[in-house]
Amino acid sequence: MSERSVAITGIGVTAPGGIGTKQFWSLLSEGRTATRRITFFDPSPFRSQVAAEVDFEPMLRGLSPQQERRMDRAAQFAVVTAAEAVEDSGLEFELVGPHRIGVTVGTAVGATTGLDTEYRTVSDAGRLELVDHDYAVPHLYNYLAPSSFSAEVAWSVGAQGPNTVVSTGCTSGLDAVGYAAELIREGSADIMVAGASDAPISPITVACFDAIKATTPRNDDPEHASRPFDRSRNGFVLGEGAAMFVLEDTGHAKRRGAHIYATIAGFASRCNAFHMTGLRPDGREMAEAITVALDEAKVDAGGIDYINAHGSGTKQNDRHETAAFKRSLGTRAYEVPVSSIKSMVGHSLGAIGSIEIAACALAMEFDVVPPTANLRTPDPECDLDYVPLIAREQKVDTVLSVGSGFGGFQSAMVLTHGGGSAA
Amino acid sequence: MTGRVVVTGLGVAAPNGLGSDDYWAAVLGGVSGIGRITRFDPTPYPARLAGEIRGFDAAESVPGRLLPQTDRMTQLALVSAECAFADAGVRPEELPEYDMGVVTASFSGGFEFGQNELRNLWSRGGQYVSAYQSFAWFYAVNSGQISIRNGMRGPSGVLVSDQAGGLDAVAQARRQVRKGTRLMVSGGIDAMLCPWGWVALLTSGRLSTSQDPARAYLPFDAEAAGHIPGEGGALLVLEDANTAESRGAPRIYGEIAGHGSTFDPKPEAGHAPGLQRAIDIALSDAGTRPDQVDVVFSDAAAVPELDRIEAEAITKTFGVGAVPVTAPKTTTGRLYSGAAPLDLATAFLAIRDDVIPPTTAVSLSGEYDIDLVTGSPRTGKPVDVALVLARGQGGFNSAVVVRKYES
Repeated sequence: MSERSVAITGIGVTAPGGIGTKQFWSLLSEGRTATRRITFFDPSPFRSQVAAEVDFEPMLRGLSPQQERRMDRAAQFAVVTAAEAVEDSGLEFELVGPHRIGVTVGTAVGATTGLDTEYRTVSDAGRLELVDHDYAVPHLYNYLAPSSFSAEVAWSVGAQGPNTVVSTGCTSGLDAVGYAAELIREGSADIMVAGASDAPISPITVACFDAIKATTPRNDDPEHASRPFDRSRNGFVLGEGAAMFVLEDTGHAKRRGAHIYATIAGFASRCNAFHMTGLRPDGREMAEAITVALDEAKVDAGGIDYINAHGSGTKQNDRHETAAFKRSLGTRAYEVPVSSIKSMVGHSLGAIGSIEIAACALAMEFDVVPPTANLRTPDPECDLDYVPLIAREQKVDTVLSVGSGFGGFQSAMVLTHGGGSAA
Repeated sequence: MTGRVVVTGLGVAAPNGLGSDDYWAAVLGGVSGIGRITRFDPTPYPARLAGEIRGFDAAESVPGRLLPQTDRMTQLALVSAECAFADAGVRPEELPEYDMGVVTASFSGGFEFGQNELRNLWSRGGQYVSAYQSFAWFYAVNSGQISIRNGMRGPSGVLVSDQAGGLDAVAQARRQVRKGTRLMVSGGIDAMLCPWGWVALLTSGRLSTSQDPARAYLPFDAEAAGHIPGEGGALLVLEDANTAESRGAPRIYGEIAGHGSTFDPKPEAGHAPGLQRAIDIALSDAGTRPDQVDVVFSDAAAVPELDRIEAEAITKTFGVGAVPVTAPKTTTGRLYSGAAPLDLATAFLAIRDDVIPPTTAVSLSGEYDIDLVTGSPRTGKPVDVALVLARGQGGFNSAVVVRKYES
């Protein structure tokens, strides 16, 4: 069996700063930021009080009242974003047949916001150790098991092929798409609706990152709080959102004359086997993932036009990652533009990997490299070209996107420009 | 790419036995681990029985440093991984770091850990939330901790598809072995028996409220009225067959021969459910004809409508009463992401000993045309090929074919 290739033919994005792919790309290409003081609850008791929130009205995005009621916010994101991707793909799902269509949704923390809210109620604000089931919402089980996200997406798009949630912390968004691509390549599905969603902006998430000082305390300047690669960076800004894609066997896409945004050319994931949250400064496991992904893509370091960095804006991550680029790409690391869109849309944990794939596909579509916003003071430890403040127009045909997460997961994906419509 | 992938080590944590020897003896002896919940007072709740793992002392088996950082399910997973390695005769520190990976299934993460920190948050304030919360409860924790503890730096992952996820995880591990990773640890261990987890499980509408441990979980029985939750599961060591042979693995339990995974149509759509299609795909992937299958380890939902769907799928594939069907999970309860990996381990033990373990307590309802193995173990015929089925709430269906290894 000859190895099949996998194309992205539809994109949907729900990100802070605007709903839909168009508004997302405007924000990135204009270098605007969507970080602000948290509005979902009173953040004053917390160390970090900023986040990148999505202004989201489920009903305006086409969800029914019952869909809204039974789904956690992250599941809602996944469903409406998948609908955008499907529409964008122009694919008639009924013609493909539901058995050949699968679904993969990445998420790091699942329905954590719903669980936080519901725990507060059934425990009566922590008063009851034996929580009261009479106060439990009927769909609490859907919050318990995050596979409800991929089930909801499958119902909404009519998919009956392989279906799963991928949950590898902050690399989930890359890993979910990498996994889906593998299923198409091996022939288990022809179409995968794949991507990732997270909606973690809740008191428990803010508190748990406060406890390890992972998020920024820069509460006096929310719009400039996320500062990847900047000398003054002091933690990430929590975000939320989703990106979903229609992935398709390239032959299938070409036969129907689909617009091909990008081809998923290589993917690899490695573990650092070092620490659940700590990173060794040398970046060796991420470098290994990059090397393997490039090999699979048959791309050498010189062929990369843009690197979409994990760039979370913590001291250790940005240093780790810079080392990983140098280790895997040699001198090319100093030449290729690197940027972090987390400077603008924050870090939406499991979702961000997919949101960044969307950014990569759009960068190739428009030949524009999105900038790293808020990068004003260079850090001697981060000495690459991070495209500060302003987007750059240049030819972008091959991109590398990386992610790094709790648990030690390090993932890398290589995407190549699909050459547009085959028609 | 399509090389044979075999299982060489089992690590089992079950309510009726820690370690595969104790578990297997209990299953063959019909010894159940289901009883009234002791980990918290279940009196306020309509369901009060569970399959609890008794006698597990984390402090004895997990480094002290890790105890405050880990949920019970992670402690059980670390111990099970260690057992699986020992059983396989593998010392992970002696293998190349990128040649070992871990893919686990997850379901609810470290839910009890999360419960305790939610309580701290809401009763005392955010500053009382543990510094370990950010990584102790999330779904990726077991893969992360197993990789760290054993120096495994190869391709790894975490899949969640409710109770079907355990099979999908093992299939993903098989993919990685086929792509060239020498050894993978895969499976799932779950434990969410705490008040908060219990209340969430209750909303599934599928828990048995029976108070009689001997008659509480009765799949394919006329009195089937939901299941009993349990904790535990299994981790398996997977290797390429040639590698396992050439290193002289102490034993090869068998081969992960085929996998199929489907999703049901939306409930109101009225189309056929996807379980039978998952079976067909798995058999075809394994290159196995239905008449070559010696036993089916059923999902055994114990919800009449779901039992009917499963019995029909089995009957349509194999013919009326043509294959022995069993559900040893009646002795453990349903273990969510741990259930299917435990069934895989059980299938390999059945193949090893040529014996089919029984479904305890159940009297087969006349409504189902299946040959359910009840009462005592069935012996006298070789067990070479087994089909393991798993379903998850929402519509997940997975099937795996395992078979005896012939070099």
